[in-house]
Amino acid sequence: MNETLDRTNLTLRDRLKAAVESFGLPRLIIAGFLLLLFIAAPFVGSDFWTQISNTLNRFSWNAVMVLAMVPMIHSGCGLNFGLPLGIISGLLGATLSIEFGFTGPLSFLMAIVISTPISLILGAGYGWLLNKIKGGEMMIATYVGFSSVSFMCMMWLLLPYHSPTMVWGFSGKGLRTTISLEGFYDKVLANFLQINIGNLSIPTGTLLFFALLAFGMWAFLHTKTGTAMTAVGSNPTFAKAAGVNVDKMRLLSVMLSTWLAAIGILVYEQGFGFIQLYMAPFYMALPAVSAILIGGASVNKASITNVIIGTILFQGIVTMTPTVMNNMIHMDMSEVIRVVASQGMILYALTRKTEGAK
Amino acid sequence: MANANTPLLEMRNIKKDFFGNQVLSDINLTLREGEVLGLCGENGAGKSTLMKILFGMDVIRETGGYEGDILISGEKVKFNTPFDALAAGIGMVHQEFSLIPGFTATENILLNREPKKKNVISEVFGDRLNTLDYNEMTGRAEAAIDKMGFSIDKNMVISEMPVGHKQFTEIARELSKEQLKLLILDEPTAVLTEKEAEALLASIRSMSKQGIAVIFITHRLHEILAVCDKVVVMRDGLVVADVAAKDTTVEEISKWMVGRSVDTTAKAEVRDNEGAKIAMSIKRLWVDMPGETVRDVSLDIREGEILGIGGLAGQGKLGIPNGIMGLYEAGGTVIFQGQEIPLNSPRKCLDASLAFVSEDRRGVGLLLDETLEWNVAFPAMQVQNKFLKNYLGGLVKWRDEKAIREVTERYIDELAIKCTGSKQKARELSGGNQQKVCLAKAFALEPKFLFVSEPTRGIDVGAKALVLEALRRFNRDSGVTVVMISSELEELRSICDRIAIVSGGKIAGIRPASDPSEDFGMLMVSMVK
Repeated sequence: MNETLDRTNLTLRDRLKAAVESFGLPRLIIAGFLLLLFIAAPFVGSDFWTQISNTLNRFSWNAVMVLAMVPMIHSGCGLNFGLPLGIISGLLGATLSIEFGFTGPLSFLMAIVISTPISLILGAGYGWLLNKIKGGEMMIATYVGFSSVSFMCMMWLLLPYHSPTMVWGFSGKGLRTTISLEGFYDKVLANFLQINIGNLSIPTGTLLFFALLAFGMWAFLHTKTGTAMTAVGSNPTFAKAAGVNVDKMRLLSVMLSTWLAAIGILVYEQGFGFIQLYMAPFYMALPAVSAILIGGASVNKASITNVIIGTILFQGIVTMTPTVMNNMIHMDMSEVIRVVASQGMILYALTRKTEGAK
Repeated sequence: MANANTPLLEMRNIKKDFFGNQVLSDINLTLREGEVLGLCGENGAGKSTLMKILFGMDVIRETGGYEGDILISGEKVKFNTPFDALAAGIGMVHQEFSLIPGFTATENILLNREPKKKNVISEVFGDRLNTLDYNEMTGRAEAAIDKMGFSIDKNMVISEMPVGHKQFTEIARELSKEQLKLLILDEPTAVLTEKEAEALLASIRSMSKQGIAVIFITHRLHEILAVCDKVVVMRDGLVVADVAAKDTTVEEISKWMVGRSVDTTAKAEVRDNEGAKIAMSIKRLWVDMPGETVRDVSLDIREGEILGIGGLAGQGKLGIPNGIMGLYEAGGTVIFQGQEIPLNSPRKCLDASLAFVSEDRRGVGLLLDETLEWNVAFPAMQVQNKFLKNYLGGLVKWRDEKAIREVTERYIDELAIKCTGSKQKARELSGGNQQKVCLAKAFALEPKFLFVSEPTRGIDVGAKALVLEALRRFNRDSGVTVVMISSELEELRSICDRIAIVSGGKIAGIRPASDPSEDFGMLMVSMVK
């Protein structure tokens, strides 16, 4: 009797251990921490449903940029630290759309339409560069992102924008650092079919938009080309021997990733309500990178589930810590925790790189 | 001399196994001062392992050590690291160079053993900051080069040297060690031109006159006869012959190298496809594959046959399929069924219904982190649009998971692949089963022509037989022409109709598989470069 009990205990423990292993210890710790924050929230005087709404909102703003990580991870180009390049395409689309005088929901649509060719062209150049330096993609990507942001800092001032909503009021030229989207596409997606129950509000439109893109990505990975892309990331020599054009696949993945980043920033802006220029895109890549890693992706494997779980966990912590921790210890810890979680996650994933690779 | 009768080196009953796999059994060797011993044998005969034991390489200790005794000048020794061996006066020149490209010959010869002068800084901070005594260094390097008997420019930077001179720099480095009594040369002539090789032989002779014993490993048998005092031939971990060089011939040695005492494996019915159409005609093929350079290969492959390509390692047999299939830079003409196949384009070859099972299973052959389904179906999906469902008039090519699972399960059954199911990751399979997955991948392409490269490398005997049987069945049932490349001659003889032997990047000859092994052995060493 006792013996059988022991045995079931043992298998249960083994099963638990296996479950922990498959879910990943860091992910478990972060999920536990987030859960703790949610439980603690009502006790320190912040409303639970408001917190949930905030988390959902932040998720909906950021999820597309995290999704942008997926294609490059699949093709073996690593984590897209060059995300700012795509973000800049999005910003160009956004500002040009306003400059051309589009307003309301149409301005959002036009921002997408304008940023698409820009992001594809920039992505192609970026992809061409990454094909030249196979093996060092992530390092180069980081600097592509940084330098493009710095370059655009000059261009935002020099480009001949005239729309009075965007330029500096004093001189009449050069774009402002922050541009309000009121009257343009502020919350166009979020307000679509928005659900409000008490303090809980769900940005249905934004979530649907993300779901659409995520479904598109999932479907793409199930096609012949998507399969080839994954194989290129898994073993480029194998793919080459099977007649796949490795460089072309990598280029395609980089273009796709850059385009998604452009769309991602537009979605972010419509939720946030402002366009942020100049140095704002500088560190945009890091939250997205750490989110997908927290979600359980490795340097060369990622799924849509990783994107969703990772964004919820990461954005949940970012939203919850300021309110809960500040109320609890009366000190602003949120930034510290956010930085520790995001940088620590990137560090952790990069040290495990060899394990995932062949 | 008092110790005139004690040999310099004696190895007694050396035994070694790697995880239960016996690679050396009862090796006995003796070597006297100034004697030159030629060591030869096929790849995998155990030469390298024996030398690793003698040189105290880490890999031997890590895999459980060896049995038997090594005696140097009558004293029993046990080397734990190569440094112990060096201290005992044993030097080794490996096949791969270990030289610093940006340093001169002198600096390389005396690396880490440089004569030094004291200076002000080193008086204060210690010996590590002594100045190098370049005059003294030049003198010592010159002495070592003189000892070698082949002149190289001692001031030349290694990166600018022709490959042969690099080899001589390595030898000079060993000779510059004063305590050197025994020098092991592992295939030193493989990279040398004919002239340089002759110079090397001369320098071996001069070393031997100065009392240095030499163990000379090479595939070029005539060199052994030219320079050695005695010849030791190894096969399957045994010494099969230990004779004076003057009492033997190249023919005899090659017979010892390949000959099997009991020929159990060769039982294939050899078909004579004399009249058959030519399936593929290769003309003046060159392939730039590192370590397996193909220089000038012309070969006709007949429809429906199994052609074996054999030869010693590094002679270029692996370069042939890799070059034709576009994995390495190649040139020449390849005509398949009347159509010229463009080289350097894997896709074009696959489109022409050629398939290739690579010798590099883990590197080229498999997606280790993906399921067996992906591994089996991927090339057929990409090349022939199989296992796809078309939507929107062919615009969307959707992966047909059901068809993929069916084909994978069929091959799992047919080839008896041991796995937990078609969704298992390829990495988790054993070597033999991974090889079967590679075959399944090629079979799924339903090719008209199949290259199989080293299909049995690194897999156990049972899996070997299954793999060979699968190939034979594929050839017989589907009428597919198969070209199989293997280092194991007996394996080729057991399955092939004809065997071509590659030597020195060229075809040395093609013979029916029923010809005696010795003939193939002769061909193998005929043009070794």
